[in-house]
Amino acid sequence: MMNKLILGRYIPGNSLIHRLDPRTKLLTSFYFIGIIFFANNWQSYLLLGLFTIFCIYLSKIDFGFFLRGVRPLLWLILFTVALQVLFTSGGEVYWEWGVFQVTAFGVQNGIFIFCRFVLIIFMSTLLTLTTPPLELSDAIEFILRPLNAINFPVHEISLMLSIALRFVPTLMDETEKIMNAQRARGVDFSEGNLIQKMKAVIPLLIPLFVSSFNRADDLATAMEARGYQGGEGRSKYRILHWHKKDTVSICSYALLTVALIYLRA
Amino acid sequence: MDIVFEQVNFTYQPNSPFEQRVLYDINMTIKEGSYNALVGHTGSGKSTILQHLNALLKPTSGNVKIGERTITPETNNKNLKPIRKKVGIVFQFPESQLFEETVGKDIAFGPKNFGVSEEDALELAKEYVTLVGLDESFLERSPFDLSGGQMRRVAIAGVLAMEPEVLVLDEPTAGLDPKGRKDMMAIFEHLRQAKQMTIVLVTHSMDDVANYADYVYVLEKGQLVKDGSPEEVFQNVQWLQEKQLGVPTAAAFAKRLEEKGMSFKQLPLTASELADELVARGGDTNNE
Repeated sequence: MMNKLILGRYIPGNSLIHRLDPRTKLLTSFYFIGIIFFANNWQSYLLLGLFTIFCIYLSKIDFGFFLRGVRPLLWLILFTVALQVLFTSGGEVYWEWGVFQVTAFGVQNGIFIFCRFVLIIFMSTLLTLTTPPLELSDAIEFILRPLNAINFPVHEISLMLSIALRFVPTLMDETEKIMNAQRARGVDFSEGNLIQKMKAVIPLLIPLFVSSFNRADDLATAMEARGYQGGEGRSKYRILHWHKKDTVSICSYALLTVALIYLRA
Repeated sequence: MDIVFEQVNFTYQPNSPFEQRVLYDINMTIKEGSYNALVGHTGSGKSTILQHLNALLKPTSGNVKIGERTITPETNNKNLKPIRKKVGIVFQFPESQLFEETVGKDIAFGPKNFGVSEEDALELAKEYVTLVGLDESFLERSPFDLSGGQMRRVAIAGVLAMEPEVLVLDEPTAGLDPKGRKDMMAIFEHLRQAKQMTIVLVTHSMDDVANYADYVYVLEKGQLVKDGSPEEVFQNVQWLQEKQLGVPTAAAFAKRLEEKGMSFKQLPLTASELADELVARGGDTNNE
């Protein structure tokens, strides 16, 4: 069940993209999502598309994974595109029926929205496929650090984040295990109507919560026993390094932005 | 009800970069009423085999015959309940599967899922809670107030109450104190004799294997490398030690006696066999 989820998984590798600083990857991914809204004609979308494909090529990851990342969101995308196509007015009218009409503008908008969705998903999949979760949380901590000035608990948030990320696979295993145990006791998770299905989840949820409480308790004790006192005065073991390739990739984004503004209609 | 594995292969997450092959051409037959032990290192595929026994997993290729039903890679996930009723599995650390408000309800949960009426299920709960060594006053308590050992007993009672024909135990005594361990093993032995249950036990304790099992399967890296009666499997002490699997304490001791010049026709596997052997010899020397 959970094996099919590609979004948010990390695939080990040693490509250029893998070796980039996680801060670079995080910031540029957000930046890419920002500038995608600047594109408003087919030339600019083509440029962004080529750029994305080039990045995917650099990551040396099979393109199939990216397509699989899109699959769970396909219905959402098609639904949005359909709404755009059917309800945008303007330009030549190809087809009309009551309030619905397919127009030149509508079709164009639909295609653009589709590209926008797919590119955003590709780029965020690229980020998670090439960055180990712990590096990502380090990057988030670094980026949030200025917020310390307004008493935002940066250390606590990033600690929570890295603990949460660390326990995702453990909890997944635990879920699988409890599910199997309850199945062996005759629970059917996939059969029955909605209410029956919801009832079948109880024997899974309660043990999961209980074991999470126990785990949290044990972890807190173990952390205290090892001298954890809070964020102040702690040194860091994993230190992020900024390399020339990071500067280069930032520069490539600057170039992309310039080209995009130039191409904008 | 026999369980037969024919050329069973299993791969986790096939056709993905996370693909992991765990079972290679497993052929085994678990006969009705027999006590089978599955031994091997962690990660040798023991737990994966267990999940094939009641169709929680389906083979990637090959087939598993569970009584009348044959499970192939194409088998549909529906109508597997009758199999799960017949094959009860006690997973590792089963205490994590408890969820009901009271111990009684939790034990009755399994039987109720298989169509036993509420009253009969609570009746079963009463019977099995005493069988696992707790008294009826526990039935009204919350499972989460119990000690670890007691929770384990309740969880095992929950599986036993389904009255399976085949009982599968994945390290049922891991993390228990020596007395709890002995009690548990005695309960399983009692059940087997009283109800002619088939038992499949996964364990790291070779003493348990020697004391109880009539058949041993040795797994290594997903392959069945040896199988036979404990007498056959444990004779080759050196082979087992090379595989770092260990031998029963009595056999290891007998082996050391052998090195000092004593000879055994066959290595004794249990403490009582060893004692009998030594007493017999003691008798010999006295007579001389």
